[in-house]
Amino acid sequence: MTLSNDYQDIPGTYVFDAKHSRLGYHLNMFCMSLRHAENRDAFKANEISYLEQFTMSQEQRDAVLGRQWNDMLRLGGNIYYTSKLAATDGLTFQDLAAIMTGSSREQYRKMMVNGGRPIDGNRSKSEWTRER
Amino acid sequence: MVTAASRNGRVSAKIVGGVATSHVPAIGAAIDQGKTTDDYWAPLFKGFEKSQKWVKDLNPDVAIVVYNDHATAFSLELIPTFALGCAEEFPIADEGWGARPVPPVCGHPDLAWHIAQSLILDEFDLTIANRLEVDHGLTVPLSLLFGQPARWPCPVIPLCVNVVQYPPPTGNRCYNLGKAIQRAVESFDEDLRVVVFGTGGMSHQLQAERAGLINSEFDNRFLDDLVNRPDKARAIPHLEYLREAGSEGIELVMWLVMRGALSKKVREIHRHYHVPASNTAVGHLILENDLP
Repeated sequence: MTLSNDYQDIPGTYVFDAKHSRLGYHLNMFCMSLRHAENRDAFKANEISYLEQFTMSQEQRDAVLGRQWNDMLRLGGNIYYTSKLAATDGLTFQDLAAIMTGSSREQYRKMMVNGGRPIDGNRSKSEWTRER
Repeated sequence: MVTAASRNGRVSAKIVGGVATSHVPAIGAAIDQGKTTDDYWAPLFKGFEKSQKWVKDLNPDVAIVVYNDHATAFSLELIPTFALGCAEEFPIADEGWGARPVPPVCGHPDLAWHIAQSLILDEFDLTIANRLEVDHGLTVPLSLLFGQPARWPCPVIPLCVNVVQYPPPTGNRCYNLGKAIQRAVESFDEDLRVVVFGTGGMSHQLQAERAGLINSEFDNRFLDDLVNRPDKARAIPHLEYLREAGSEGIELVMWLVMRGALSKKVREIHRHYHVPASNTAVGHLILENDLP
């Protein structure tokens, strides 16, 4: 049976499927380690050496060190894992969402209070290329 | 009132209500930090006042809480599609910002093990969890319904559903699991009154450039269909959840486990819908079986 991956047409979205999960395994397991306070402390003390414990690609390491949140997702990160890195930095889910969408914290918060990002115009990649 | 016990001529457990609610971590933080009456949060919490009274009056013996783990107890090392918590106690997890200051969750191993055995023989091959730290997915719904007690008013059986690794189980599979849970509960020879929680959702996307997506039209149709046309709700394909309700809105399949555990016809006791809680549209239902 062929599995459908028609979800790839959804814009600005990385569906955490088998391909992503395999690509991001070590990146996500690094993020998972930050669930423990002593690991958070060790990471904060020396990020580069802490990351050496994990067999991540150089691109993934650079994305983590540079806090390139969308790059982490593109390279196989999952938001529930990368949010643990964000929490280590003292960022909330909403702060993180603001950064990933290129908005200021206030702009993003205002968008949410006004009902969020609308579905119209955000269903298909074709709608984004037309507009942008 | 005709109860499962009196119908069968023997004592048995029965499902006496269903709760659906979002489980946004920021809601837990607002409760823990005493912000529930702030302008931002007050309208959200107002919608749970009636529910707190309902559950207090109902005084259930056990709550089965269908939720998902958010890279807390389960990492990418092990990804069970369905895992049932059979332990005596479930510790509150540190998810990366410290554990929530809420009481530990006590289990109900007798009923949980009975359900696990019954489900497996009923061809739902779930994972048995004897050690399970629980995260906001489980504790936020407890806080919303039970407030801030020194200890939770009833034992809890966690049913953890994978919705992080794609694909999660289908809505139809979740609904049928709910039916099997109903059969399992009703075959337990003890007079227990059980409430089933379906948690997560509603529309939200936490990741990447489309983060912040909210689709109130989808959400309200889902609420209507879940209550009155469950056959329609359980047929929603994954693509529709992902596209219309956001990549994390697919958590709504967990509401279908709760719905499946109730009778075909239900009474809607209460409904609440509020946008936003942080990045999420919050939906909430209280349902009771509408028995003939």
